[in-house]
Amino acid sequence: MNYYTEKITRALLPANATALLVALLLACATLNVSAQESVVEEDAVGSALVAPVGVSSVTASDAPNDAGRAVVVTFVPAPVPQSEDQALTLSYEIHRALSQDGPWKKVGAMPSDTTAIMTFKDAGGRDTTSSDYFPTETDLYYRVRSMTVDTALFAESEIAGPVQGIGQWWNSGRSPVFWFVLFFTILTLVFLNVARKRGDSLYIRPLAGIDAVDEAIGRATEMGKPILYVLGLGTASDIATIASFTILGRVSRKVAEYQTDVIVPCYDPIVFTIAQETVRSGYMDAGRPDAYRDEQVYFVTQAQFAYVAAVNGTILRERPATNIYLGKFFAESLILAETGAIAGSIQIAGTDEIAQLPFFVVACDYTLIGEELYAASAYLGREPLLLGALKAQDYAKAVIVVLAIIGVIMTSMGYEWFAEAFKVVG
Amino acid sequence: MKRQIPLALVILFGWLMLALYFIPLEGAQKINENLLDWTAIIGIFALALGIWSLISVNVDKIQYKKRDWPYSIVTLFGLFAMIVFGLKFGGADSMFQGQESYMFRHFFDDILIPIFSTMFSLLAFFIASAAYRAFRARSALATILLVGAIIVMIRFFPFIAEYTRPVADWIINVPNLAAKRAIWMGVGLGIVATGLKVILGIERSYLGRD
Repeated sequence: MNYYTEKITRALLPANATALLVALLLACATLNVSAQESVVEEDAVGSALVAPVGVSSVTASDAPNDAGRAVVVTFVPAPVPQSEDQALTLSYEIHRALSQDGPWKKVGAMPSDTTAIMTFKDAGGRDTTSSDYFPTETDLYYRVRSMTVDTALFAESEIAGPVQGIGQWWNSGRSPVFWFVLFFTILTLVFLNVARKRGDSLYIRPLAGIDAVDEAIGRATEMGKPILYVLGLGTASDIATIASFTILGRVSRKVAEYQTDVIVPCYDPIVFTIAQETVRSGYMDAGRPDAYRDEQVYFVTQAQFAYVAAVNGTILRERPATNIYLGKFFAESLILAETGAIAGSIQIAGTDEIAQLPFFVVACDYTLIGEELYAASAYLGREPLLLGALKAQDYAKAVIVVLAIIGVIMTSMGYEWFAEAFKVVG
Repeated sequence: MKRQIPLALVILFGWLMLALYFIPLEGAQKINENLLDWTAIIGIFALALGIWSLISVNVDKIQYKKRDWPYSIVTLFGLFAMIVFGLKFGGADSMFQGQESYMFRHFFDDILIPIFSTMFSLLAFFIASAAYRAFRARSALATILLVGAIIVMIRFFPFIAEYTRPVADWIINVPNLAAKRAIWMGVGLGIVATGLKVILGIERSYLGRD
């Protein structure tokens, strides 16, 4: 610490007492205290210190797993100055050029570090008009400039290159995901085959929340009140919303059979169009297409709390016998569920948003926790194909638990390669 | 055909998007970006359908004087007022300055935002009422929940924080996190399973009826 402080002080102040004296005499001799004196002073600085030793072992290589718009530069940092006259390296500038003769362009900088091999990733985009543009499949050269407190005093490394940024066909950092998807697809296909042979005799554990759906629809019929079905704030690409569509289809079919009513206020316009089609299909499946009305499924708004206000208003005015909340929910979950509780409705909820689950557990009669929401469609339909996929899911989970236990043991014993093999990068 | 063409498209683009996840090549990423742009474009068309639904449902209520029909007038007024004030045409003197117009900002900042805040603030009261129901010690498990919740709630309480905080941190970081991770794992697998069911064509409920 003292060493560096001293070096910086040396660089900032005149090199020795003679230089200081000369500078003071010059200052006194002229009335015009000008920038010229500063130049003299800086010249004194420049002449007092010698350039630092540059970095060594500079390498440049194509960055892996990318579109060819990045190069990785590595170098061994400059050693600590061995004499007091040598300037201290404060930072490194990385320069790039299309040929060894330049022109060189500064593409980044890093603070000085003398402890390890340093790595710099020079990445950019494909927009040729942008300053961030990075040419792909073009010879590039790199050099590292060791900078001192005096911008005129620096050391340059040897030139590394040529190197080209080449796009890859395969992101090897994501290979574990590929192998898992492949394994899971095979497992699903195996169980689909098993399910085809065994029909609907595959056992799946009871889900109280789904068992309660039929009961809740019956209750609504007896009370002569509607059922409110909320798909949440998710979009049509959210898996929770897709799972909810499946359950909505079953619910609307039952509702049509029991000749009661279902209300579906929607938050997302795409979800609204799909929900409308799903409910209409449910009524058609039940043989009662005439009972379907367009105003049962309607779009409200895409503003979160305006949507909550509208749904809460519907709950308090219509007093539905049953409220079903299945899909993606955020801060509005408790507001909806508590309003439903105040209205005295039976409430069934399910979401994969973990932060909202406690709210639903507290305020609703039945809650589908996480994956139970996805399992509900298979459970309701009892279709062999869906049951097969569910079974594959259970076995995959068992495999993951076994792998996790092995990973804990292996890592504890110092064999970290096992856990590393499952690491997803990029 | 009504069902087969959409199903074929879902399977084709499902597998394509899955493949693009593993291909970092620039051409592949361009295709990926274009497909995602199409999602936004489809969303705009769906929004038109959504607004039409909103108008037709509320006009119907007003026309037949259904229950609470005056609320529909307010809804339609709000919808059209924001559309009109959000228009942008004319010069700098025009009152139609798009999102910068006085009326648009006034409606948004002084009416809509306070209403949103009011709705959100209801959450505080609902948390209290929900907590009251959840924390009634009716059984051994409910009592454990109650004790755990009290420790977590008072972990920053002055004077006793040094005693309660380590216990509260342990509750949050060990049993609570373990349960969360179990749910995450199940959710992750469920997402993959449902995604596979969709792109394998097993899950077709979103397509409606034949």
